[in-house]
This record gives sequence, C-alpha cells and structure tokens, in this order.
Amino acid sequence: MKKTLRYLYLACVYLFLYIPILILVIYSFNDSKYSTNWQGFTLSWYTQLIADGPLMEAFVNSLVIAFASSVSATILGTLGAFAFYRYRFPGRKVMYTFIYIVMMSPDIVMGISLLMFFIILGMETGALTLLLAHITFCLPFVVVTVFSRISGFDRNIIDVAKDLGATELQMFRHIMLPMLMPAIIAGWLLSFTLSLDDVVVSFFTTGPYFEILPLKIYSMVRLGIKPEINALSAVMFLLSLITVTVAHLVTKENR
Amino acid sequence: MESLPIVRLQGVTKRFDDVCAVDSLDLDIYQGEFLTLLGPSGCGKTTVLRLIAGLETLSAGEISMNGSRLNGTPPNKRNVNTVFQSYALFPHMTVFENIAFGLRLKQSDKQAIRHQVSEALDLVKLSGLENRRPHQLSGGQQQRVAMARAIVNKPQVLLLDEPLSALDYRLRQEMEIELKRVHRQLGITFVFVTHDQEEAISMSDRIAVMNEGRVEQIGTPIKIYEEPENMFVARFVGEINVFDGHVVNVNNGSAVVDIHGQLFPVQNRKKAGTGDKVRVLLRPEDIQVTRDADKNGGPALSGKVDEVIYKGKTVDLVISLDAGETINVTQFFNEDQEDLVYGEGERVHVDWLYGWEVIL
Amino acid sequence: MVSKSGFRNVSIGSTLLWITVFVVVPYLFVLVFSFFQRDPEQIVAAVFTWQNYKDIFSPVFLVVCWNSLILALGTTVITLLVAYPFAFFLGRIPERIRRILLLLMIIPFWTSSLIRTYALIILFKANGIVNGLLLSLKLVDEPLAILYTQTSVFIGLVYTLLPFMILPIYSSIQKLDLRLIEAARDLGATSGHIFLRIVLPLTLPGIIAGSTMVFLPALGLFYIPDLLGGARSMLIGNFIKNQFLTTGNWPLGSAASVILTLIMCLFLYVYFLSSRKARTSGMGEMA
Repeated sequence: MKKTLRYLYLACVYLFLYIPILILVIYSFNDSKYSTNWQGFTLSWYTQLIADGPLMEAFVNSLVIAFASSVSATILGTLGAFAFYRYRFPGRKVMYTFIYIVMMSPDIVMGISLLMFFIILGMETGALTLLLAHITFCLPFVVVTVFSRISGFDRNIIDVAKDLGATELQMFRHIMLPMLMPAIIAGWLLSFTLSLDDVVVSFFTTGPYFEILPLKIYSMVRLGIKPEINALSAVMFLLSLITVTVAHLVTKENR
Repeated sequence: MESLPIVRLQGVTKRFDDVCAVDSLDLDIYQGEFLTLLGPSGCGKTTVLRLIAGLETLSAGEISMNGSRLNGTPPNKRNVNTVFQSYALFPHMTVFENIAFGLRLKQSDKQAIRHQVSEALDLVKLSGLENRRPHQLSGGQQQRVAMARAIVNKPQVLLLDEPLSALDYRLRQEMEIELKRVHRQLGITFVFVTHDQEEAISMSDRIAVMNEGRVEQIGTPIKIYEEPENMFVARFVGEINVFDGHVVNVNNGSAVVDIHGQLFPVQNRKKAGTGDKVRVLLRPEDIQVTRDADKNGGPALSGKVDEVIYKGKTVDLVISLDAGETINVTQFFNEDQEDLVYGEGERVHVDWLYGWEVIL
Repeated sequence: MVSKSGFRNVSIGSTLLWITVFVVVPYLFVLVFSFFQRDPEQIVAAVFTWQNYKDIFSPVFLVVCWNSLILALGTTVITLLVAYPFAFFLGRIPERIRRILLLLMIIPFWTSSLIRTYALIILFKANGIVNGLLLSLKLVDEPLAILYTQTSVFIGLVYTLLPFMILPIYSSIQKLDLRLIEAARDLGATSGHIFLRIVLPLTLPGIIAGSTMVFLPALGLFYIPDLLGGARSMLIGNFIKNQFLTTGNWPLGSAASVILTLIMCLFLYVYFLSSRKARTSGMGEMA
C-alpha cells in the first residue's frame, strides 16, 4: 500500500513535468491553427517552419553560437580545470570560488554586467559580444564537470608520466586528455544545450542585427501563439533531449 | 662497490610549509646495490625518493648523479625511474602501451620498441598479456606491469616506493623473490622504500633506517639487526628486550654489568667505563629460559611465565621478572627438547650467551 | 611543479584571464556604478552616492521587492515540499528503474525554461487544454482566466524550477548513510525523531543548494512573469531589466543587481556552513 502510494506520487510529479511538453509536441502535429481540438495529423507546421526565412536564420545563428561557444568554453575550461588541479598559483582558491559564484549567480546579473562592460568598451553588441558572453557562462560548467573527474584520479599518474620522460604538454596530451575525455564531452554537450537555450544573458548581450532562436521565440510568444512555434519548440526540446541523454550516458559509461 | 657513489645526497633538506620532512640528510648510493630506506610512516623516506626522482624540489642541499649536480633537472630528464605504491597504471592504455609510453616519448623506431617491451614483459613474466587493460589484471600483475614500465627505460637507478604494500601476504613474499631476481638480472641500482622491516631485511644489500627526516643507521641487514647503534633502530627493527644496568668492571674487550644484582659478563663494544649506566639489549630469540637456576651456573634473572603463545615454528613466552620488567622470549622447537613447553604461572630463570647482547 | 613550463603558464593564464576580464571586471563595474549618480546625458556621473540604495528601499520599489520576494519564497517552499518526498521516494526505487527516472529528471533540468514556459501557455490559455477539460467535466461554466494572473506566474515558476530543487536534494539523500537510520531505530528513536534529528540535518546542504537554485532564478527570470503574467506582476528581474533597457537608470539597476548578488552570497555562505556541519556531524555519528 505504502509502496503504491509512493509510486503514485512519483508518477504525479513526472506527469506534472512532462504533460505540458508532451501536449506541446502533440499540438505541433495538429491540423488546426487556433483550436484546441484535435483536427487531424499534419506536418505543415514543420514545413512552414523550414520555409520561414528569418526563423531559420535565427536557428542557424543559434547553432553557430552554441557550437562556437561550447567548443571554446570546453577548451578553456578543460585547461582551467587541469591547472586548478595540478598547479599552485596565487589566486587559485579565489578563482575557483569565483567559478562557483558565476555558476550560481542569477543570469540577469551576468547579463547586465556584461552589457555594461561591452558598452563601456565601446563594443557594438552583436554576434561577437554574444559569443563572449556565452563562453563566459558555459566556462564554469565545463571547469566543474572536468574538475570533478580529475580529482578522482590517482595523483601518481601525473608523476609517473613525468618520471617516464613526458613534458607537461606531453603528459597533458597523452595521459590527461584521453582519461578526461568523457567529462570533456559531457561538459561540451552541456555547454551546447546551455548556450542553445539561454534567454536572459543573450537578451542583454546581442544586438538588433543578430537574432537567435530563444529571443526570437520570446518575442513571437509575447505577440501570441503560433503553431509554428509549437513545431520549433518540439525540435528544440528534441535537441536538448538528445544532447543531455548522450552527455549522461557518456559520463555514466566510464565510471 | 667502494668506488664513487652513483647517487650522492649531501645535506638534503625538504620543508613543506614549516614541516621539515627531510633534514640535512647525507646518503651515498652505490652502483648495483639494493638499498632500502626503512622507517615508520612520515619519516621522510618517500620524500627522499621523490627528491631523487625530481618530483619534489630541494629546500637545501645537493643531489648528484655520476658526479654531476641534479638540482633543478626536471624528472623527465633524469636517468631514474620510479615504481609507485599505487602502481598508477594509465587506465586508458593496454599493458603494451603502458610499457611503451616512455620509449615512445624518446621516439625510437617501432620495431625496437616492440622488441624492448617484449623483453621487459619476459623479465616480469607477463608475456602474452600485452593487450589487456589494467583493470583486467590482478594486483600482482599490475605490480609487474608497473615494474616493466619503469625498467624498460633502462634507468641507472630504479626507485621503488612501497611497491608491495598493497599486496596480500602470500603474494608479497612471492614478489620479494621476484624483485631480487629482477635486481640480479638487470644489475642496476634499486632504491627501495618500505616501513616493513622483514621486507627490508630479506631483500636489501644495505638498509638505511630513517626517522624524522634523518638516517639513524646505515648498514647491512645483519649489522642493523644484530648491532643496532641506537634505541630507535633497536626498537624499530624487530622486537627487543631492554635491561638497565651499570658497569662494575672493565677488562679488555669485555665488561661486567650489574643488572638487578646479577653480574653479567658482556662484550664491551661501546667501550663503557666502570660505573657507567648502560642498557643491555637482547632479541627475544637470544634469551635462554631454564626451569633450574643452577643448570648453567652463571648469572640469571628469575621470573614467572605470564603467557605462552604457540606460533607453530616457535613458542613465544611473556615473562614477568621478579625485578619488575616484562620481557618477550622466542623459543624454537627442537626435536630433542620436549620440555620447551612451559605452563603459565611457572617459575623460570633467564640468561643468555656471552656476546649475543648489545650494549648501548 | 618543478619546471616553469610554457604549458603551465598557458593553462593557468587562459582561465584566469578570461574570468578576470569577463566576470571580475564587469561585476566590479556593477558594484562601482551602484554608487554613482545617474546622469541624463552620459548615463552615469562618477559622483559617490548612497541614493540608489535608498531608492531601492523606498516604498515604491519595496512593493516590487516585497511581491517578488513573496513569489520567490512561495515558489521555494512549494518546490521544497514537493521535491523532498519525491527525492526520498526516488532513492528507494530499484537501481535499474531509478537510472531511467533520474535521466527523466535531468532532461527538464537542462531543457530551455522558455520552451517549458511556452508549453504552459498552451495549457492555460482561455481556449486551452485546462479550460477545455474543466468545461467538459462541467466543473466550470465558462473558461477560467488562468493565464495572465499571479497564479499562472506562480505555477510557471514552480513548474520550471522544480527539477532544480529535486536534483540537489536527491544527491544529498543519496549520500545519507542508511545505517544511521537503522542504528537510530535500533536505539529506539521514533520515525519523527529520526527525521528531525538525523535525516533533516544531514540533508540540509541539499535543501539549501536546492533553495538557492530555485530562489535566485525565481527573482531573476523576467520572462516567466512577462509571458505568463502579462504586465501584471513585476519581479526584481523585470525591475533590473527595465532600469537598463527602458528607463536607462544604470545606477539603480546596478544597485538592485548588487543586492541580488548579496542574497546569493548569503545563500552560498549558509550552504557552506551547513555542508561543513553535516560532514563533521556525519563523521561524528560514524565514529
């Protein structure tokens, strides 16, 4: 009895979390523009979506930014996590604390601080500023993901590599990189999703001439509901689903 | 062996923050010897090893190899290799790749690498396991891979940091023999770190007993065990019984020491003078136990058996002397002597043969 | 450690430089600007003033702050009440099913909250599913106005932020040593006692981490009230956004951001304390 209640409770929470998304996906196939009733199956919203030039442009922009920022953040973050683990340098603890603060701090504070920073520097907000901002908020996630794996390693591994004649770079390349790969991939995929989904920071750091998908959706939704957005949201959800599942499997597999 | 040392440590000091791990230590390591650094944990023995390997930087002093200074030379440029306590095999590489790692960095040709790796595998008796991954190996096999990975680089000195401590008892004994064999076959210098005195005694050519960052005594296992130079060495290496006494008479190389009123003749290695307070040290197996005081005729201490511990090859007795001390005695079984088995509470007398004691 | 290799300097330098330039310096700007005066022509004038902070605590903004705090606090409490038993039950499910369920919880955690908010709109609108359901069940006679109310903002925040509460609590419950509970039961403790004296203190770090991850976004996620509440309810997030994009009052927006950051630091500090305490007391129990 108790057990059934428990399962029931779990089921309710999952339903609460997933029903809205499921309905969204179902409605993206509904052959009706306004009605809530099911009018038959259609793919027309998806074809309209593909035909919608500005929307597709925003989508491509989003993908480009997500790819570029996640790759950069992954390279930087992996090097950073390694440096935090291996080297003692002034400001090490302070910097690591800062990385946690960045991860926890409200997006809006990061958004406006970067906006002010770019304006003061006289930089035109657009693709470049957006990219810099996205790298910045992805970076801590990579550092933390990679660092948590690296701290599980036997410290002697590094000493052995050095002892056998490797330079720092060779040790990093031949030993650390392959051993960290699952965490690096996970960090990269998570950065990619984070970047693709971000609204708040992007809102402040992109300019009027560089549109990205979440902001486009935001402005369209404010004006009302369109079935195309259902289709678009379904696609975005699918993308997150895939990347998160892959990231999850990659980290689990190698433990 | 009495040529120039291959590695020489002079005034070597290492401080971590304010803690002094190694304290102005001098040590000569000779070509081809099996030298063991023996000491309790925290005595600085592993730090000495890491300093020789170049994994730590010196706070003061000098390490030289073949007569040239090593200070500041990074570990990848030193002709020494290390086998670590945790083995630290590269988990993403096969056995072959693990062993070939050092060779590949030096960019020898592939054929030569293959040849050298298989030689090293032969030496540690692991041929045929080239393509296994570390997690597919037993503890003993991992240990052998770690060895092969180090010796394949043909170091002049091989450093071993408690390599056997993670193995169980049987395997450890097996590996002790293996290590000796490899040492003989290669003819290179081994510097071995351990806290296990039995391991040290059974394997080493020389032992350096360390305590609090200093070498307390250095010498052959026999010297260390039978002629400890100070109380630390005496107590750390094996069990020992200590009697306090004072010298009543000195005569050439021997002396007479008064212990609880009994006058024992001893060898006067310490060159103590009449009236000096001395300590007489005796290993448990060097003490004789008799039921009857008059049997040997000489001086003896009386007491009663507190505990009898049967150990198979030996019987250990805990005897509390009438004078107050409690001593441990080990007796070996002997076919002819069946009266060795004492009962608890039985009254006995103990003495020893002249010259088996150590005085400090 | 031994040699000053180029690689060492590159790996330390790159992260250090990035964090300094794009995090430390911009945050310092915010801090400094919050003490500057507003200047209609040059945005700010470099004159020191406490005025911005006084303004924030003036009655006009206090209403915004109060509403916002109530909403965020309510969201935190509701998600906590839902998440705690959830995480507890989840931990008792057989390993194989639990893995899948855990993944199902991680997916919404990483899915765009914008899209999830949008999904709610479809549900809530006048001719949406919820109303359709209510009407067909004859529970209401005419469509309820759910969308563009305080309620829908509230539901929206709970819906989006629930996974952020569940996951930290779940991981702290996973770390809990079940033997402690058995030992306590063995010593005669009641279930209530066990919960209050053992389970709650040891899972407190998870509760605080979860609360931080819910409370702060609940203050800052301006698009949720924007989309679900119309213009009716304003959060600190919307307030800050407006200072920068509408009113152009950077100093006031900066001051609000500083306060938001201070609240975050407070949360992090409490988290740090509680996790340290849980760790030491946990070890004490083990010994």
